[in-house]
Amino acid sequence: MSEPRASTGTASTPAVAAGDDLVRVENLVKHFPVRTGGLIRRTVGQVQAVDDVSLSIPRGKTLGLVGETGSGKSTFARCVAGLIPVTSGKVIFDGRDITNLSRGAMRPVRREIQMIFQDPYSSLNPRRRVGAIIGDPFAIHNTATGAERKRQVQELMERVGLNPEHYNRFPAEFSGGQRQRIGVARALALKPKLIICDEPVSALDVSIQAQVLNLLADLQRDYGLSYLFIAHDLEVVRHVSDSVAVMYLGRIGESGPKDPVYNSPRHPYTAALLSAAPAADPETAAARQRIILTGDVPSPIDPPSGCRFHPRCPKAEAVCSQQEPPLEAKAGDVATHLAACHFPVQAGENLAAAGRSELT
Amino acid sequence: MTLLEVTDLTVSFPTADGVVRAVRGVSFGVEAGRTLGIVGESGSGKTVLTQTLLGLTPGADVSGRALFDGTDLLTLTEDQMRNIRGARIAVIFQDPLTSLHPLYRVGWQIAEMIRAHDKSVTKQQAHDRAVELLGHVGIPRPDRRVDDYPHQFSGGMRQRAMIAMALALSPSMIIADEPTTALDATVQAQIIDLLLRLQQESNTALIMITHDLGVVADIADDVMVMYAGRAAEKAPKRDVFYAPHHPYTKGLLESIPSSSAAGDRLRPIPGSPPSLINLPSGCKFHPRCGYVLDRCLAEEPALRPVSQEGLHSSACWLPLQAAGLGERAEELRAETVREGRGEAAAEVYEAEIEALGSEGSVAG
Repeated sequence: MSEPRASTGTASTPAVAAGDDLVRVENLVKHFPVRTGGLIRRTVGQVQAVDDVSLSIPRGKTLGLVGETGSGKSTFARCVAGLIPVTSGKVIFDGRDITNLSRGAMRPVRREIQMIFQDPYSSLNPRRRVGAIIGDPFAIHNTATGAERKRQVQELMERVGLNPEHYNRFPAEFSGGQRQRIGVARALALKPKLIICDEPVSALDVSIQAQVLNLLADLQRDYGLSYLFIAHDLEVVRHVSDSVAVMYLGRIGESGPKDPVYNSPRHPYTAALLSAAPAADPETAAARQRIILTGDVPSPIDPPSGCRFHPRCPKAEAVCSQQEPPLEAKAGDVATHLAACHFPVQAGENLAAAGRSELT
Repeated sequence: MTLLEVTDLTVSFPTADGVVRAVRGVSFGVEAGRTLGIVGESGSGKTVLTQTLLGLTPGADVSGRALFDGTDLLTLTEDQMRNIRGARIAVIFQDPLTSLHPLYRVGWQIAEMIRAHDKSVTKQQAHDRAVELLGHVGIPRPDRRVDDYPHQFSGGMRQRAMIAMALALSPSMIIADEPTTALDATVQAQIIDLLLRLQQESNTALIMITHDLGVVADIADDVMVMYAGRAAEKAPKRDVFYAPHHPYTKGLLESIPSSSAAGDRLRPIPGSPPSLINLPSGCKFHPRCGYVLDRCLAEEPALRPVSQEGLHSSACWLPLQAAGLGERAEELRAETVREGRGEAAAEVYEAEIEALGSEGSVAG
């Protein structure tokens, strides 16, 4: 396996040749205003959904984005896809700044960025036939009509493992896994360069999940697609990703090539997430020291000062609530493995014990 | 002592499209202080099974027996069942948002449940008990949060409130139906930790219904794998994970992306679960099974012991020794297939390969 962003030097900032990246996001900020009800809608606060996030996705590779509910991962994806305007920062796609482009200017770019959604039941219009649903991108972008469109749609159906003869069926006649294939076919229609997969297999049964993951891997290999893969299942993300980023309350806690992040996490939150993930192996499950975090994710309207994770962190000290830790490579790590923590986790450190003592 | 003993439970629903055969002859037992994990995909009958035990499947044709502490749950009247449900057997559902009433305060809902079963408890006593319970399941400042509405609770807190409600009457058995599926990983870990702690404290029997083998590996003592309304395999936890006999169990384990196989291709089970109205002939798993034999098309195998102690049983025609993920078991399976697969089964197998092939899983 090759590292997605092989570093060329030992500098503390990642050395990435710009040409390698299909997507480069720089200091992206997305705040949603919180307004009072009533006639005069005053803004009384900001939901800081995404706060100063920089990430890149190399061509033909997969960036896995991990985080819990409310971490801002879906908002981040929507900003990258240009579905919502960003507050500040830049989204560079294929060498071109596409931040807050006008609708008209964005239109050709939209063909190249497609999305696959979580719920194959609500993301397909139940009253339209599958052929029409998959054919929509052709109609919207006016690239194929009539018999030619039908031929292309049927080719797509075959490519994703659907029977092309089912062209005239309704979504209700398909199972969950098949519906997700319809979503994949629709995303593929305009030969995109980037597919944003927002929890694409979370709603599927295990045996079906594996079918869809294999399909996504095949399509990436055959068409050189890049994926932004959002999921909460860490094993799934580990399986599909080349590099991963862990989000917490709108910020990146840790990012880097898959193996170092999974094998030697530096951020206590990453360590806690990994220790909490259920392992389908009784021995691993029994041997594991689970780091049980106390409490819930705080509100992004009024995030904690300093490091946003400090109220739940087993290692937090005074400085953590005062100073925001920079996202940087820690001593001994590869230059692309970044963590935002004042007291990074050391190899062999037992956080579970630390967390316990604080609980009692 | 076996607290719950279910024998040959069969549940079907007559519908306009035909009879939905949701559960077909399932038997199992649960002991006090132990956890049974019931694993299966959507439509495997795992939820219908437990809801039938609680009398929550009106309109269903039910047969069989379910002895709970000496009483057959299936013969109870609605009034009798009401005394057991909640009090002796508590339920925790998947989605805590929809199982709490949005218009009533959380504490009121817990107190109401206590008073519904025991009229002698005063409102104040029930309220105090609700505070105590909320504190017990780890809700911070329970004296204040008791008067919150469900929407003021986070997902994890709502599930804790549901658990508090389940514990309110000190039940001897808890049925948890996918209790952590809607929760984030760190919160899921908290809830599993809580369930385990509470179970140890009170020696409660727990039935954990889930599709997540990771949760089962964590929490269960015994596991029952269900497929198309039947128990495909039943065993102590270790046997299910390390020596699975039924090809469906093996397929499930191999479908999970696990760290050992990172980067490799996953090995999915081809096709999808059958319609419960129109079940396949013979073994219901045969259209998706890589070891299909001629016999599988005609006869449905019964659950039979495959280990010497008799604790591990499987409903499959493969020889008893063909259990496990190792090479020897695989050779034995391959040999059985060579001998037992005629033209009919070969045709089924070809179709499976083709189904996988159209996904691009098999080259050429």
